[in-house]
Amino acid sequence: MIASARTPALRRLLGLLPALVVIGLFMLVPVAIMALYSFLEANPFGGVVWRFSPEAYVQFLFERDLADNLVFQSGYLIIILRSLGLAVLATILCLIVGFPIAYFIARQPARLRNIWIYLITIPFWTNQLVRTFAWIIILGRNGTIELPFRWLGLLGADDTLGLMYSDFAIVIGLIYAFIPIMVLPIYASLEKLDFRLVEASADLYSSTFETFRRVIIPLAKPGIVAGSILVFIPCLGAFIQPDLLGGGKKLMLGSLVQFQFATARNWPFGAAVAMILLTFVVLCLLWYAQAARRAGAQSGALAHA
Amino acid sequence: MRLLVASAVAGLLALSPTTAWSEEKLFLYNWTDYTSPEAIKKFEAETGIKVTIDTYDSNETLLAKLKAGATGYDVIIPSHNFVPILIDEKLVQKYDAKAMPNFANVEDRWKNPDWDKSQEYTAPFHWGTTSVAYREDLYGKKLESLGEFFTPGDKAAGRVSVFKTPEEVVNLAHLYLGQKFCNPDPAQMQKVQDLLLAQKPAVNTYSSEGMNDRLINGDSVISTQWNGYALKGRTEGAKSAKVVTYAYPKEGVIGWMDNMMIPATAGNVENAKKFINFMMAPENMALQANFTGYAAGIKGMEKGLNEEMRTAPEINAPADVKIVFSWACDAPSQKLIDKVWTNILK
Repeated sequence: MIASARTPALRRLLGLLPALVVIGLFMLVPVAIMALYSFLEANPFGGVVWRFSPEAYVQFLFERDLADNLVFQSGYLIIILRSLGLAVLATILCLIVGFPIAYFIARQPARLRNIWIYLITIPFWTNQLVRTFAWIIILGRNGTIELPFRWLGLLGADDTLGLMYSDFAIVIGLIYAFIPIMVLPIYASLEKLDFRLVEASADLYSSTFETFRRVIIPLAKPGIVAGSILVFIPCLGAFIQPDLLGGGKKLMLGSLVQFQFATARNWPFGAAVAMILLTFVVLCLLWYAQAARRAGAQSGALAHA
Repeated sequence: MRLLVASAVAGLLALSPTTAWSEEKLFLYNWTDYTSPEAIKKFEAETGIKVTIDTYDSNETLLAKLKAGATGYDVIIPSHNFVPILIDEKLVQKYDAKAMPNFANVEDRWKNPDWDKSQEYTAPFHWGTTSVAYREDLYGKKLESLGEFFTPGDKAAGRVSVFKTPEEVVNLAHLYLGQKFCNPDPAQMQKVQDLLLAQKPAVNTYSSEGMNDRLINGDSVISTQWNGYALKGRTEGAKSAKVVTYAYPKEGVIGWMDNMMIPATAGNVENAKKFINFMMAPENMALQANFTGYAAGIKGMEKGLNEEMRTAPEINAPADVKIVFSWACDAPSQKLIDKVWTNILK
C-alpha cells in the first residue's frame, strides 16, 4: 500500500483530487444537466417532460408551419450574429482603450504601479447593476453629457442627443464593465517586458511604430490574447447592458436564455441556446490555448537565440 | 419508533402548563409587504387570536408550495387568475363568504366574480388595473385611446415605453383590437404581432422597471403602467411640475384582483373565517388599503382612508370604465404569445 502510494502517478492523482472534485461538481455536473435538459421536451408550466426530443435544437434554425413542415427561419441566427458582432466590437474597443492604460502603468515606477492597479480595480467593488445604472444618469435625457449643451442653448428644452437606448449605449456599457479585465492581463505581460529591448530597437534606427509593431506587440501578445478572450466571453452572454442601456429592443443571446427559462417556460430551448453559447466559448478557448502555445514557442525561441 | 417519540412528545406537551398552547392561532400566507400591521394588531386585540405571517413573492411560489404539500396555512391571498387553478387542484376549501355578516359590505361588482361564480371559495381583497400613463404636459392633450399608444403620433414617437412581460403587452393589444385574451387563433395573434411590430420603431424601451423615472425625465411620453405605480409617479412628478397622468382609454383597462381563500389543509378554519369577515369590514380594509395603496371592493371605506387614497384617480377608476380581467393562459395560447414576443424582439 505504502509502496504504491509512492508511485508518482498515484501521488499526482491524489494531489489533483481536490481540483478534480471541484471542477467535476461545480462545472461538469451542471453542464451535463443542461446538456441533458436540452434534449428533453418542454413542460408547458415550466420544467421538462422526461422524453428524448431534439426539438430544441431544431427550433433554433427551423419553424414548423401549419402543415408541420420545417421552414428555415433566421430569427435566432440573427440574435447570435448580433451578439457576436457587439461582443467583437466591444472587445476591439476595450483593447484600443485598455492597451495604452496598461502600457502607461507598466512604465510607472514600481511603487506607483500598485496604486494604479488598485485604482483600476475599484469599480469591481460595486455591483455591476449599479454601475450600469450610473450610465443611465450620464447618457440619459438631462444627464451629465446633455446638461452643458442645454446650458449653452444648443439643445432645446424638449430635445435630446439620443445617446440612451441605442447600440452606442450598449457598447459604452460593455467597455466600462469589462475594461479592467482587459487591462490587467496586458499589464501582467508588459510588466515583464524588458524595456532595454525597446531602447535597443530605437538604437537600431527603428521608428516608434516599427518598435511597437515588432517588439512590444509580440512580447505583450499573451496578455492581449488573454484579455481579449476574458472580455469577449462575458460580452457574448451579457444581458444587463442590452436591457438597461439598449432598452431591451433587440434580444441578445443572454436575454434569450433568460427569456426562455423565466417567461416562455421552455427550459429545453433555453438550455439548447446556452449549450450553443457554450460551444462558441469553448471554441474561443481552444483557439486561445493554441495561440498561447505558439506564443510560448516563439518566446522560447527568442530566449534561445 | 417515530410514533413512540411523537406520543412521548405529545404527552409532555399535554402535561406542560404553558398557556401558549391554549391560545387561538391564525397562520396567514400573504404577498410580501402586503399586510397592514395595524389591521393585524386590531384583529389580535379584538379576537385574542395570535396571527403569524409568512410571505410569498409570486402566485407561482404560492402554488408550488401548496402543491409540494405545505400545511398549516389558514388564509392565503392569491390573484384571480390563480383561483381556478387552486380550485381545480383541490388545494383550497369551500367556506361560503356570502354567509358572513360583513359580506354585505362587498361592492356589487365584485360579488360572484368570473373566477368564483358562486362565491364559494373566495372573498375579495385588493384590486388594481394595468393601462398606460403619459406626460400630459408634453403630450398636450388627453390620451383617450390605446391606439395613441400603439400607433403614436409625432409627440410620442421614439418616446414610448412598453412592459417586458409578454402577457401584459399582448393583452393590451387584444384589448385595443377587441379580441379575446389567451387567444389560440393564429390569425388574431398575427394581428397582434403586426400591431406590435408597427409600434416598435416608436419604442425606446421594453422594460418593466423605471417607468416613472423615464416619464419624469422625459425619456418617455407614454408608458405602460400599473395604477399603484402611476400614483407614485404623479406625486413624484408633481414635485418638479411634471404631469404624469394614468389613462383610462375607451377600450378599457386590464384588471387583477387578489382573493382571500382557505387552503384545504388549514388547521384553524374557524379563525380563518373570523379573519376574512374582519377584513371585509370597511374600517379594517381601509387600514389595509392605506398601507398598501391599492383599492379594495368594500363599501364605506372612505371614512378610514387617507386623503391621497380617497382622491387618487389612479386608485378610484371612473365607474364607467371597462375593466377586463386577465387569465392564466393554456399551453397552446401561451406558446403563441411567446412566439409573437420573440418575433418582435429578434
